[in-house]
Amino acid sequence: MSYIIDRRLNDKRKSTVNRQRFLRRYRSHIREAVNDAVNRRSIQDMEQGERISIPQKDLSEPIFHHGPGGQRSIVHPGNKEFNQGDRFKRPEGGGGQGSGEGDASDQGEGQDEFAFEIDKQEFLNFLFEDLELPNLVKRHLEGAQVFKTRHGGIVSQGMPAKINIVRSMRQASMRRRALTAATRRRIRDMKEEREALLQQDQSPQRQARLQELDELIARLERRVERIPYLDTVDLRFNHHIKEPVPVSRAVMFCIMDVSGSMNQDMKDLAKRFFLLLYLFLERNYDQIEVVFIRHHTSAKEVTEEEFFYSRETGGTIVSSALKLTRDIINERYPVDQWNIYAAQASDGDNWNDDSPACAKMIEEELLPKMQYFSYVEVMPRAHQALWDHYETIMARHPGAFSIAQIDEPGEIYPVFRQLFKKRMEEA
Amino acid sequence: MTYLSEGSDWNFELLADYDKAIADIAHNKYGLDTYPNQIEVISSEQMMDAYSSVGMPVGYNHWSYGKQFVEVEGRYRRGQMGLAYEIVINSDPCIAYLMEENSITMQALVIAHACYGHNSFFKGNYLFKTWTDASSIIDYLVFARNYIADCEQRHGVTAVEETLDSCHALMNYGVDRYKRPSPISAVEERKRQREREDILQKQVSELWRTFPQLQPAARTREAAAQFPAEPQENLLYFLEKNAPLLQPWQREIIRIVRKMAQYFYPQRQTKVMNEGWACLWHYTLLNDLYDAGRVTDGFMLEFLQNHSQVVYQPPFFAPFYSGMNPYALGFNMFQDIRRICENPDDEDREWFPEMAGSDWLQTVKFAMESFKDESFIQQFLSPRLIRHFKFFQIMDDDRNDYVEVSAIHNETGYKKVRDALAEQYNLSIQEPNIQIVSANLHGDRALTLRHQRSDGRPLDEHSATEVLRHLHRLWKFDVHLESVENGTVMESYSMPPVTKPITVM
Repeated sequence: MSYIIDRRLNDKRKSTVNRQRFLRRYRSHIREAVNDAVNRRSIQDMEQGERISIPQKDLSEPIFHHGPGGQRSIVHPGNKEFNQGDRFKRPEGGGGQGSGEGDASDQGEGQDEFAFEIDKQEFLNFLFEDLELPNLVKRHLEGAQVFKTRHGGIVSQGMPAKINIVRSMRQASMRRRALTAATRRRIRDMKEEREALLQQDQSPQRQARLQELDELIARLERRVERIPYLDTVDLRFNHHIKEPVPVSRAVMFCIMDVSGSMNQDMKDLAKRFFLLLYLFLERNYDQIEVVFIRHHTSAKEVTEEEFFYSRETGGTIVSSALKLTRDIINERYPVDQWNIYAAQASDGDNWNDDSPACAKMIEEELLPKMQYFSYVEVMPRAHQALWDHYETIMARHPGAFSIAQIDEPGEIYPVFRQLFKKRMEEA
Repeated sequence: MTYLSEGSDWNFELLADYDKAIADIAHNKYGLDTYPNQIEVISSEQMMDAYSSVGMPVGYNHWSYGKQFVEVEGRYRRGQMGLAYEIVINSDPCIAYLMEENSITMQALVIAHACYGHNSFFKGNYLFKTWTDASSIIDYLVFARNYIADCEQRHGVTAVEETLDSCHALMNYGVDRYKRPSPISAVEERKRQREREDILQKQVSELWRTFPQLQPAARTREAAAQFPAEPQENLLYFLEKNAPLLQPWQREIIRIVRKMAQYFYPQRQTKVMNEGWACLWHYTLLNDLYDAGRVTDGFMLEFLQNHSQVVYQPPFFAPFYSGMNPYALGFNMFQDIRRICENPDDEDREWFPEMAGSDWLQTVKFAMESFKDESFIQQFLSPRLIRHFKFFQIMDDDRNDYVEVSAIHNETGYKKVRDALAEQYNLSIQEPNIQIVSANLHGDRALTLRHQRSDGRPLDEHSATEVLRHLHRLWKFDVHLESVENGTVMESYSMPPVTKPITVM
């Protein structure tokens, strides 16, 4: 006796919990892989899954088994040329564990890496976990006000171009009916009386009554006709209202000092910071553009690759980058269409005379156009003039400008949160 | 007779038709004794789920199953591996999974293979009869799953996971090989579990701990000369009952793992027979269907192609050779038994005088019921099959710098090859023989295990150390492992490691 059961509609994800357990157990390995991926990938390419490899030996579930050595006999199938008593050299790497294993394979046995994929969500979770990014970091940044007109119903006043003919005619028709209803009822009654009189024999009184009725009917009909077909009160107009919509586009300026004093470690730190800002903005805006500006004594807009990985030497003039930023904004990113963010990373070096100019430029020319400007110093040492000047700006514009110092990767998120805390609370 | 179907699509009515036709032959013509079948059609994702939970329909949660799932999923997605056609569970009713992607031919093959082959093996083989309870396993799995989920709630996922890890490391040493307690039902199991826990709870008394000499048990206890009195082979059982500091729930988890190990133990001992038997029957049953004109030529061609893939034995020099294929060996042996019964030649009459010419059905059933892989090969591997497979035996002795072909498929070699192949399926030889010899309950509570070397084969050092770490986690006091050959300690391991000179003779 057999029962046949269709189980295809049952839950497919029975292994989800076990999979989670597995990811949890190998968190450190996966996090390492995610960190590598962060350094390797383009920052606009962060939101996808990743292939993770874990060395097989770290994954093993140990059991007692025999090691090499001793006397072992193995039976193999497929003898071609061997005869009893034949002797030959022990094959290299042969004698795997357990006698069931072949020792004749020349293909190298097993994999030494255990590889699997994590999806985008898991990848981001690990990424944020590493940066200690709490789930709270979500909505919502206030964008610049841009208006969009949308249909706002029907109104009784407006300009001729927006007349809604159907609604106006309907209105007129209703008005006419309402105003003439009583009169038309009387006309109907009198017409019936008149018909009735005509059916009877004529007499002088009746003749008089007929005439009177005719006059009344004529008068009332004239009254009906006098009701205007279309009056100004009937006119209806389409209405449009202007609604503010948050701009869903943002541009992010990444400004980095690439003078000789910035080494690769510092750049990686800065990259993490830029990355975090990018993801943060991405959660808030539909569309993000990133502009990379690097500078030493002069500034230049570059590709991401160049931005992070090419080295230059020389002195540092920060204002050059700020000037370029301003020019690019004026040229390509009108303030009413773009939310503008800038993140500047530097080791703090600047031409001393340049720092006041920078402060002035930021305060007068950049901040009014920007949502937020953040400055991170990736250098554990005493601050220089630039920092001091920036501090005064921060005091005057607490909501839109902030500065912080980062020494190691673990500090990035706290600093990031500190920089953005204000904004999040406002939201 | 008309065809059951033409074309390769299946539907539920067709499955039922095929099942009925196959059942008719299996039961009425060949008298196979089976549990009722529960045939479940599942998708490939569900098959992957089933794969990674050792085929069981319910299982407790553990990362190692997740690892397996991730691996299977990855390899399947990349197309490196097809999924098995079927998974069958030793339960009553016998649950078999069919994959929805398969054609009707494959479904019929799986029905014959799993629902009548494996099923009758589970019901008939003496190991399964003695050691497993087909009727209560699903209940027990549900109990285990709930119990472990409950423990995770109470004691945290990490604590439970660590205990399970340690138990899994010792799983192969959690089986009774020679005696078996009488089976109990799941209800009874739950009741006993609660009782055990209550009693243990009652025994917790801070006062007794303060005055150990007043503790009645302690006072009357004699200084036992040796504990345990005899070496214990079931390490998990010993730990469950005797580990000094385990919590009641940890003992219960050990018990669960032990029960699972015991449940799977017969399967590990009968791979060749079980698969061989199932292949014999899918081959026989479907051929009978064909002979009776119930299936088309196309059906038969597809079936034969799959069948010959399944029972193919690559030779040792093939790049994809990975040891003996149990399907090939088992199928050929059962077919060979049938041949010996039906068409014996002089050689068969000399080697199998009682079998030659006897009723083949009786003989294969007797073989299926009364043997395990090791003894089955020892009994029934014929010279003809040894020649067919061109078996040869390699002797690898680490005292020599060469390996030697010690026997081939010739007159002098048959018996040697057969013995050697049988040994290869003897779990008690393939697994290191490790037993608990002493637990020093009155001293430092150290636990001593002994590895009895056979043929001078040492333990793998790295894994042995790792397993000892797990053992130490359960026992919680020092654990020593001695590897002994001819009464001499060749090597010893300790956890925590001690720096003492290794005794070498």
